Formats: sequence, C-alpha cells, structure tokens
Amino acid sequence: MLKIITLAAAAAMSASLPAVGGSHGDGPVKAGFVYVGPIGDGGWTYEHHQGLLAVQEHFGDKVETVYQESVPEGADAERAMTQMALQGADIIFTTSFGYMDPTINVAAKFPDVKFEHATGYKRADNVSTYSARFYEGRAVQGHIAGKMTKTNKIGYIASFPIPEVIRGINSAYIHAKKANPDVEMSVIWVYTWFDPPKEADAAKALIDNGVDVVLQHTDSTAPQAAAAEAGVISFGQASDMSEYAPLPRVSSIIDNWAPYYIARVQAVMDGTWESVDTWDGIGPGMVEIGEITDAVPADVKAEAEALRDAIGSGEYHAFTGPLNKQDGSPWLAEGETADDGTLVGMNFYVEGITGEIPN
Amino acid sequence: MIRLERRPAPSRAWAWATPLLAVLATMVAGGLLFAFLGKDPLLVIRTIFWDPILGEFAFYYRGQLLVKAGPLVLIAIGLSLGFRAGVWNIGAEGQYIMGAICGAAVGLAFYPLEARWLIFPMMVLAGGLGGFLWAMIPGILRTRFNTNEILVSLLLVYVAEQILAWMALGPLRSPDGAGFPGSRNLRHYDAAANHELIAGSGMHWGVVAAFIAVILGHVLLSRHILGFNIRLAGASPRAARFAGVNPGLLVLTCLGMSGALAGFAGLFEVAGPAGQINIDFNVGYGFTAIIVAFLGRLHPVGILLAGFLMALTYIGGEAAQATLGVPAAAIQAFQGMLLFFLLALDVMTNYRVRFDVRARA
Repeated sequence: MLKIITLAAAAAMSASLPAVGGSHGDGPVKAGFVYVGPIGDGGWTYEHHQGLLAVQEHFGDKVETVYQESVPEGADAERAMTQMALQGADIIFTTSFGYMDPTINVAAKFPDVKFEHATGYKRADNVSTYSARFYEGRAVQGHIAGKMTKTNKIGYIASFPIPEVIRGINSAYIHAKKANPDVEMSVIWVYTWFDPPKEADAAKALIDNGVDVVLQHTDSTAPQAAAAEAGVISFGQASDMSEYAPLPRVSSIIDNWAPYYIARVQAVMDGTWESVDTWDGIGPGMVEIGEITDAVPADVKAEAEALRDAIGSGEYHAFTGPLNKQDGSPWLAEGETADDGTLVGMNFYVEGITGEIPN
Repeated sequence: MIRLERRPAPSRAWAWATPLLAVLATMVAGGLLFAFLGKDPLLVIRTIFWDPILGEFAFYYRGQLLVKAGPLVLIAIGLSLGFRAGVWNIGAEGQYIMGAICGAAVGLAFYPLEARWLIFPMMVLAGGLGGFLWAMIPGILRTRFNTNEILVSLLLVYVAEQILAWMALGPLRSPDGAGFPGSRNLRHYDAAANHELIAGSGMHWGVVAAFIAVILGHVLLSRHILGFNIRLAGASPRAARFAGVNPGLLVLTCLGMSGALAGFAGLFEVAGPAGQINIDFNVGYGFTAIIVAFLGRLHPVGILLAGFLMALTYIGGEAAQATLGVPAAAIQAFQGMLLFFLLALDVMTNYRVRFDVRARA
C-alpha cells in the first residue's frame, strides 16, 4: 500500500514540479520504441512505427532510432527497455498498456532517461503518458454502422475489457443507436491485441449470427479479409487499412502519433522535456478518420463528416446526455458531457447494450 | 549411392555431437539468412552468442540469462522424466499458469500482512500444488479412461489461459488499479516477493530451484528405483510390466512431477520477474521447455546447458533486434532452425551413412 501511495504521490508531484531534462550533448538523440506486435501488423504497431519513421525523417542525422517488435508484456518488456537505456537511449516510447509497470520499474533505475508510456495512467518524474481519444472516432464509425446495417445487427470484436476498449464500444453503440433506433450490437472478446486466426474466427462468428457491419478493436487485418469474403462492411482500425477499400472497409480510425513523437523528441533535444499526460483526439489530429468510401451513400457520408467536424471543433462531445448506464441508473443528464475522470476508468456499458463486461 | 543403415544400438557419440553440430549448422544457415536481410552475419551472430556473455553490457545480460533460463530448465527437467517414460505432457504451459495463479492467490490473500517466513513458503507450496493438480487431470483421464494425455494436456493450456484472464479481470484484480486488469504487483509486497537474492545478479529462488531440480533429477535417474522404472518403461513398456512397474502409477507420477515443477516455475515467475497476474502473464516457457528437454537429450545436465543456450538466443536475439534492426521474425526463424537441425541430425544417432561404391549393374 505504501508503495502505491508513494507512486501516486510521485505522479501528483510530477504535475506540480516538472522534471526538466538535462541539456543534451553533441551526439544525436537516441529514441527507442518498444512494440507489442510486429511492425507489419497493418494496425496499431504499424502506426507507431510510422511515427518512428516520421521522427527519423524530420530530424535526419540529429536522431538515431531503435526499436524492438513483438515484445511480450512483463519481464521481457523490462529487459527490452533496460537494453535500450543501457545502450544510450535518451527517450523510450513504450507503446502498449501492459508495459505500464515495466516502464515505471525501469524508469526508476534510469532517472536520466525519459520514458513515454502509451495508454497507461502511472507517471513519474521521467515518465509521461499519452493516448488518443479513439472513442471520438468510434462515434463516427457507429453512425455509419447504424445507417449501413440492413439486418440491424452490428458486431464488435473487442480485445481486453479495459476502459479504453469499453469506451469505444459505448461510443460506437450510442451513435449507431442514434442513427438507427432498431440497431443491436454483439460484442466478442478475444483477449488478444494481435492474433489473426482468432480475430478472423470472431468476425466469422459475428457474421454467422446475422451481423452485417463489423467493428474491431484488434490490430490485424484478418477481420477485414473475413468481412470481404462474407460481403459485409468493416472499418480500418488504428491504421487506414485502405487495401480493403472501398469494400468491405468503408472508413477507418487512424492513429497519428507522428506529431507527438516529433514534439517529444524535440523537447529532449531542447532540454524542455517534462512529465505530462496527453490525451488528444480528432481536434489536434492524433485521431484521424480515414476516407469514407463511395460504398457509403452521399447523405450518410456528409452526416458522418459533419459529426467528425463537430467533435473536432469541440462543439459536440461523444458522450453527451441524456445517457443511462446499462442497469438503467442515470449517468449523464440532458446536455451534460462526461468528465475525463469517468472516461479514463470507464468500466460499465451504457443502456441498451446486451451482455456483460467479462470479469 | 548413399544409404542409411540402422545402427544396432544408438550411437552415444552422435547423441552428444548432434546438439553441437545443430548449433553450428544454425549459425551457418542463420548467417546466410541475416546476410540476405542485408545485415553483417558475423556481427549478428556475435551479438546473439557473444555479447550477452562477454560484451559491454554483459553485467546486465548475464543476470537476465539466469532469469530466462531458470523457468525453462525447471520445467524441462520435469518434462524429461515423463518423456523418458513415454508420458507426453505437452501442457506444461497450462500447469505453469495454474501454479502462478494458485501461488499468487495465496500471497494476495494475506495482503498486507508482513510475515514472509509464513507467506512465501506457503505460496511456493500452493504454486507446486496448482501445477500438480492441473497435471492430474490428463493423468487421471488417461489412467481411468485411456484418453490421450497429449491432447488433454495441450487443450488444458487454453482452459488455463481463460482462467488466467478471468483471474486478472475478476477475483485477483487489484482494488487500487482503477478498474484496469491485473493483480497487485507482488514485487511491491515484500512478504510475497521473489526478489533477486543478490541485487543485479538475476539469481532468484526460481533459479535456485532449477539448479536443485537438475541435481535431484540426475540422482533420481541414476540412483533411484523410480528413475530405473522410468527408463525401463520408456525403453520397453512390456518389460517394465513384467518387472512389476505399475503403468498407471508411473503415468501419474511423471505427470505429477512435471506439473509440480511447472507450477513452481510459474509461482517464482509471477512473484519475481513478472510481478503480477495479468492476462498476458504466460509467454510460452511451457512450450519452449519441450524444445529444451529434447535439445538437452532428456538428460539433466544436457537440459541445463540447453536451457542456457535457448536463453542466449532469446536475449541475444532481442539485442540483435534492438541494436542491429534484425526483424523479430528472423530471430524466431533462427530459433526454429535450431530445433530443425537438431531433429534432422538426430538421424545420425540411430542410422549410419553408407556410401556404396559399387555401381548398379
């Protein structure tokens, strides 16, 4: 308990007492990236690697990048990070939720190295966290899904029941329901971020149950292939997956990490790096909506783009009341929007979703 | 023409030479692979096999070799006993998971009581018991209903993975984790932590247990009647029955011992290097240990060496990725080659090559 309090205190202190990075020497800044999947996954890790390439291109000789792919979460991740730190990395990006404790552990041993952990919530003087508001993109997908389904059944391939995934499910459902009050959504939990055969099986199971729009929160393109075969609609996840356009992939959520990575490496060069918590969405461009193809009717496309722009400008929030929780208890009143604290720890479905969050 | 002729008895010399030749052949073939990928093959091979032991950062890597080899050796010793007797436990990964869950659950149940003398030994026992009981399922199904223990033990791995996910999300989830999956970190709870015995050395209780298992395994096989029965049953099940070996009991003993050792490995891992029960806790030690057992010729000392060799390819392989940009898939292919060449060269243990000089009439 004491350790956890200390950690929380350290996290709180980091907000008020920013740790200013030391000025950097003459050599290039070395940036390390730890990936949970292969860089060719076509989704999550692919986009992080695009961020690495963007850093390399932006800074040229002034930066040296290294990466390690398919690193399991746990003891192996600690070794991967330690290895990079020993070999002189100045900043290390750890790009999966499960790297949270390993990042904190290694960061404690290398106080001069800056760490950036994606999608987590534990910070320290030399550990920042960053994530994207993927749920904003899910709202746009949900709207298109609700309009496009003919069977009124949409399916969702979910990875792990963590708040990030649950937010996406809720956001997609809310906006599908708004677009089409008769819509029903089935969720399949696959407990993996990247496992093409498992993802394909999940897609097929959904399609066999009459689903004609498949959303996915896993990283491979296997569900796209399954959707193409069955003649149903899908959305690119994390990456554009445009090789499956115009059908089955009618749009996508693209994670654009490049500007953030460039800014953070720049901060290390300038000696202005400090521990921060970043959570950006469509507005700042961290979440992008991939091109909506002509398979979507023009009016639906226009509505979806209007929704995207309204979220991007801050005029509309993806979680706006009236909304009830699944058990019928009130959550948000008319016109009220969700606060970030609730969203960060979201562990409940909104009213109307059938099934339970596994635990 | 070239003929293969069966040897009257397996060649002992070849049995020990093939692992070394397999390593050499892997280096050559792997070197070619790395060269095709545009990397300097000598540099990659040096990074994999030399740097972790004697390179600039060896002070860190040597400890990591112990961390990685410990569970592999511990599990492989248990598996080798069964493999020698013709009992095929393919599900050590599941027993490893169940050991970790049971051991961690005992530790977490006492949180935050600081009584290491009581809690840590109980966790170790619970870990072994968890693996033992999980291995008893295929054992009893085989002895009572004659099911195939290969299939049952393998499929139970997937059941164990589902239980692991359930534990991480449900009963063992940390109350301070803001709804995120994963148990409390046992490394932050001193009474339950499997810390390094000497800081920075990588030596933790699991590694100690692995060394003890090697010694006990050797004594068992060479000095104990059970070891004799195991070897006899593997060589000739019929002869074993005449010698009074109870086949059902032998199956249960082999599965039970391998299950318990895998359970210990899981417990030491979750309380030490991994730190917490989480959905992705298992990373395949139970499966890799099968390779280690065969690479080590099912001999305790061989397994010890094979475990370190395997750990070296992991640690060095990661270093080659991070420093030289070798793709992860190439490293996995490289590790696969090792097993491939071992099996291919194993032909030489049982067969000899004959060159026929007489031309065909």
